[in-house]
Amino acid sequence: MGLPLEPLLDTVAARIIAAADELTALDSAIGDADHGLNMKRGCEAVLADKAAILAKPQGEALKAIGMALVMKVGGASGPLYGTLFMTLGKELPEAPTTDDAARALAAAVLALKARGKADFDNKTMLDVLGPVADHLASGTATFESVRTLAAARAEATIPMKAIKGRASFLGERSIGHMDPGARSSQIMIEAVCDVLEGKA
Amino acid sequence: MTVGIVIVSHSPDVAKGAADMVRQMVGTDVPLGFCGGNPDGGLGTSVEKILAAIDAAWSEDGVAILVDLGGAETNSEMAIEMLPAERQGKIVICNAPVVEGAVMAATEAWGGGTLAEVKRTAEELAAQ
Repeated sequence: MGLPLEPLLDTVAARIIAAADELTALDSAIGDADHGLNMKRGCEAVLADKAAILAKPQGEALKAIGMALVMKVGGASGPLYGTLFMTLGKELPEAPTTDDAARALAAAVLALKARGKADFDNKTMLDVLGPVADHLASGTATFESVRTLAAARAEATIPMKAIKGRASFLGERSIGHMDPGARSSQIMIEAVCDVLEGKA
Repeated sequence: MTVGIVIVSHSPDVAKGAADMVRQMVGTDVPLGFCGGNPDGGLGTSVEKILAAIDAAWSEDGVAILVDLGGAETNSEMAIEMLPAERQGKIVICNAPVVEGAVMAATEAWGGGTLAEVKRTAEELAAQ
């Protein structure tokens, strides 16, 4: 059985849209105060195109979600989240096991490193997605442990000094704030876990 | 034909202003495209607008893109990857300040500089 794409899409988009103000507030502390608005615009574009997206095979649907984000987000997070979804679309088999998910997410992390010219501990979304990919590959992952890890890794960006993006202009002053991209990644992971576990 | 210049700023006003300064230097002899603003018109950048600007500035001698901040560069890279392979190899993103870089790059292009020369001229600014 394939992934429950419609509830996944609905829940991820709804949670990101609901968190738009929080994400923008985080971005206002260390960036240009547009992450929530940009992600909301991107998610609304995906929802507006939902029927056409869901009519495609799973891999193509994920790529179409990525392309909608690329075209509509309007910030660096567009190409970054676009790359994430397009890579998942390319790498995820129709009915992925946890190992498949680990491999696909690891491929997406590599693609994101290249796209953002970033690495771990730069205070970015990679600091959530990388450890989650590793954890999925460990063979010990449960929905609860993935949610807990994602939340802890988003928190772990607070004491980091930003090396990439506009937050890096702040140097030491970027310390003490959660990275907005790490937070949006955590929200998405939590939404995916909730749907797959039947809690959303 | 000369190398074309594309200006990508988060601000439509900055992009337009930089383009005005380029035009003042080189008139309409250099193909020029510019864009600014997210898909809703607010501050930000848009892959769709960048693709249109590349199209407007297209030259078989190549196109040099000047960007301001992070997202302008990332979205420009994304736009380039969406173009046919034969075009991709003729586009470069310059590591230079957007306004000064655009004027310097356009002046070099107007003088007959190759794409590599245009890029190098713009990037001399970054080394200062």
